[in-house]
Amino acid sequence: MSETTKNIALFALVAGLFIATGMMQSWNASLTILNMALISAIMALGVNLQWGFAGLFNVGVMGFVALGGLATVLIGAKPVEGAWTAGGFQILLALVLGAATIVAAILAYAKLPAGRIRNIGVLAILLVGFFVYRAVFDPGVAAVEAINPATNGNLGGLNWLAAARDSSVRQADLFVLLAWPVGGLLAAGAAWIIGKTALGLRSDYLAIATLGIAEIIIAIMKNEDWLARGVKNVSGLPRPVPYEVTLQDSASFVDRAAGLGLDATTASTLWVKTLYAGLFAVVLILLLVMAQAALKSPWGRMMRAIRDNEVAAQAMGKDVTKRHLQIFILGSAICGIAGAMMTTLDGQLTPGTYQPLRFTFLIWLMVIVGGSGNNFGAVLGGFLIYFLWIQVEPMGAWLIGVLTSGLADGNPVKEHLQGGVAYMRLMTMGVVLLLVLRFSPRGLIPEK
Amino acid sequence: MSTENAFLIGDGMTGGYGKSGPDILHDCTIAVNKGEIAVIVGPNGAGKSTAMKATFGMLNLRQGSVRLDGRDITDLTPQARVAAGMGFVPQTSNIFTSMTVEENLEMGAFIRRDDFRDTIAQIYDLFPILKEKRNQAAGELSGGQRQQVAVGRALMTQPKVLLLDEPTAGVSPIVMDELFDRIIEVARTGISILMVEQNARQALEIADKGYVLVTGRNAHTGTGKDLLADPEVRQSFLGG
Amino acid sequence: MDFLNALVVLSNFVLIPAVAYGSQLALGALGVTLIYGILRFSNFAHGDTMAFGTMIVVLVTYLFQSWGISLGPLPTALLALPFGILGCMLLVLFTDRAVYRFYRQQKAKPVVLVIVSMGVMFIMNGLVRFIIGPNDQRFADGERFIISVREFKQLTGLSEGLAIRTTQGITVVTALVVVTLLFWFLNRTRTGKSMRAYSDNEDLALLSGINPERVVLYTWLIVAALATVAGTLYGLDKTFKPFTYFQLLLPIFAAAIVGGLGNPLGAIAGGFVIAFSEVTITYAWKKVLKYLLPENLEPSSLMQLISTDYKFAVSFAILVIVLLFKPTGLFKGKSV
Repeated sequence: MSETTKNIALFALVAGLFIATGMMQSWNASLTILNMALISAIMALGVNLQWGFAGLFNVGVMGFVALGGLATVLIGAKPVEGAWTAGGFQILLALVLGAATIVAAILAYAKLPAGRIRNIGVLAILLVGFFVYRAVFDPGVAAVEAINPATNGNLGGLNWLAAARDSSVRQADLFVLLAWPVGGLLAAGAAWIIGKTALGLRSDYLAIATLGIAEIIIAIMKNEDWLARGVKNVSGLPRPVPYEVTLQDSASFVDRAAGLGLDATTASTLWVKTLYAGLFAVVLILLLVMAQAALKSPWGRMMRAIRDNEVAAQAMGKDVTKRHLQIFILGSAICGIAGAMMTTLDGQLTPGTYQPLRFTFLIWLMVIVGGSGNNFGAVLGGFLIYFLWIQVEPMGAWLIGVLTSGLADGNPVKEHLQGGVAYMRLMTMGVVLLLVLRFSPRGLIPEK
Repeated sequence: MSTENAFLIGDGMTGGYGKSGPDILHDCTIAVNKGEIAVIVGPNGAGKSTAMKATFGMLNLRQGSVRLDGRDITDLTPQARVAAGMGFVPQTSNIFTSMTVEENLEMGAFIRRDDFRDTIAQIYDLFPILKEKRNQAAGELSGGQRQQVAVGRALMTQPKVLLLDEPTAGVSPIVMDELFDRIIEVARTGISILMVEQNARQALEIADKGYVLVTGRNAHTGTGKDLLADPEVRQSFLGG
Repeated sequence: MDFLNALVVLSNFVLIPAVAYGSQLALGALGVTLIYGILRFSNFAHGDTMAFGTMIVVLVTYLFQSWGISLGPLPTALLALPFGILGCMLLVLFTDRAVYRFYRQQKAKPVVLVIVSMGVMFIMNGLVRFIIGPNDQRFADGERFIISVREFKQLTGLSEGLAIRTTQGITVVTALVVVTLLFWFLNRTRTGKSMRAYSDNEDLALLSGINPERVVLYTWLIVAALATVAGTLYGLDKTFKPFTYFQLLLPIFAAAIVGGLGNPLGAIAGGFVIAFSEVTITYAWKKVLKYLLPENLEPSSLMQLISTDYKFAVSFAILVIVLLFKPTGLFKGKSV
């Protein structure tokens, strides 16, 4: 019982942090942090599935999160008029041809007898396939990117409903919620490719392969303008909750806000953020329940048995690589869902902002600090670490301010230190990680 | 049999691996005289290798002591025992596979700061094939040759007693005979040899002293000849 | 004549840059592979170790420049290099004492050490950005070219020019010197051999009286030197930017794995394999082909297989192919 009490106390403590922020800074700030903390907790849940349950070291969380974000654009955005007929289908055809090439090469490799003929054959298939792919792909891309490049130049999404709707009234669009599971699917697809390659080898290799795929996903999203406008970003994505402006125009809303003693602007922002928080919380709870059920199921027990002694599990006839592939895909899919949610919250996709430190290593920190192998631990870590990540910077700034208060303004040392405050949190997070690993490697809520 | 003037003796050893591991040895005594060959034989799981490792300090002894040339070395680490004059050849991964034969020998002499070229020359005399293959990677050699490298490496510190853990495991009968010949030659140079062997009959034939262990206890002790002649030993361990 | 021109273009845009880049990657991969061989984990902080060493070189270079000290035609950074190496050595030794040694004594699983190295990476990353900032630093000075395009054209009368930048020359020469020294150390000295022995068979090395802490100490010192040299050469050749160094982790690891993790010779080969693949696949071949093909076959497109934005994809693709078909690497590395 004391353990449960301790865990409740820990969650209460974290809740207290958010309440304190609400009281001391503003409720708006507190809710902003809370929303991202909810999303981070979901990501942590995904990583915990991989690391805590199965001991798989995934350093490509950023890539899966970004794929989720891409799904939000591909589903939620309005289709760009004429883009599909101009070149969209051609691009699709090219991608199918590309995939067919790879499948053909794999088949040829499997079917032909080993030797020079096979090597030349596979190489020829790949080369011819590549040039055919480029020949179909390039004109398609050029055609799509030529469409109204200042605002579009991409395919847009599948949200035909929004295109048909009157755009002068901004209203909530639940269609974008569909992007969340699709984000999960995209991430799962990428995870399948990686898993097929690197699982079953040393743990370090998976780490490096995932690190690589994450960088490549980001590179694709930055450079393939036809997909989601690359670094030109896609903004103005529809959202599943009402717009502040619309709320402020609604007389009943303004009345209710006034009844609570709030002005319409503040009330509307708070209400929108609360709605988001509600949506995210529903997803988090759903996934948490599922993860708990999985942990306690025979499947989860087997996973942990494999993690603790791979050789013994193998000897007992368990297909370790296959199990690892399953859980790797599941965990990555959860990261994808969280990524789609994040882009929905932001209302825009900005590939340039995906940083490995923020979207891979920070999530890892959450899992390890919270307690790897324990779902509640991962969630707690998600809340706590995200809170710290946001709040360490003002704290650092304050600390530097105090330390350098003796120096005159314009003193180069002072200016340098103040300029470096942003990097303090990298160091803080690193120090936290090392301290937890050293002195409390099982985390705040250890695995049972 | 008297063990008073034994060169190396593990006397009444009781203990197991790790701090809390179960006891594997129970009041087990193993000794070897100067320049002689002592062999430990016994059924699988009898604690043969464990008994030998205990004399080399790889075990936590709860009772008993180990003495080398009259000096109590019970508390020394394996590394310190090497410096004190013991050489140990593990059963597996007993060579540096990626390094040349000569480099293996040099690494054997790592703790020596004097000129050890003479020792290398002696080992090449003892194992001529190693001289031939001196610049070849040890991992490329045959099983028997690798065992020679392993023994050569252990001899580089000029030990006074050499411990061999199943030196003939996994080699063909012909190679086994050759290895035993070499081991006798090593013993003739005045080095005491304590070895664990699966091939009990052949090993006892070259042994000055034999120990038959059963479940970590001394079951029979005697000269190699005595044991080979002992009907009980013959029946239970040597297949009649 | 056309053939010569094609060759010159090829050298100018493919061969020379790839050799320089390959040398830099090889030096980086050597560091990774040594850590893997001796300390038995993949060091994710290696990119940031390179950045830290290079940062000190950059700062000392600026200091020397302000004092008016220079090396004439050679970059001042070469003078500053020893200071960078020293600083980097102090940093990694401190890190080892404060962080890694604990896990070594615990005999922690390699993957735990990898995560620990991630924490170290965080801190080094922050430290470097805190001290020098996240922006580009150009610190190359001295003569820009060993031979410039114009000089080459005058010299040979060819219509295409060949330029060899001083930094490219220095990269290759330095890499050669460093690699020779390293291999001499590993193969000829007692300490170097003991490092190889420890990497080969830890238990037997202990049995032979090799002191593991000493081996680890030397490994870190060598890794610090390699990382600083690799980072400085890369920075001179391109520019110094902390984030780029973090990103170098991927091609460096790819190089080390392609060659066979734990195998120094493999790391060098891997570095060149990755560099040549990256450069040839992202190069626009039109300029070479227009000399080699008859006029009517002259390509209309750039003949670039994939854009340079995807150069990471090249390292990655090679990595995947090696992992699929030969997980121990081209040269036999340590276990999969």
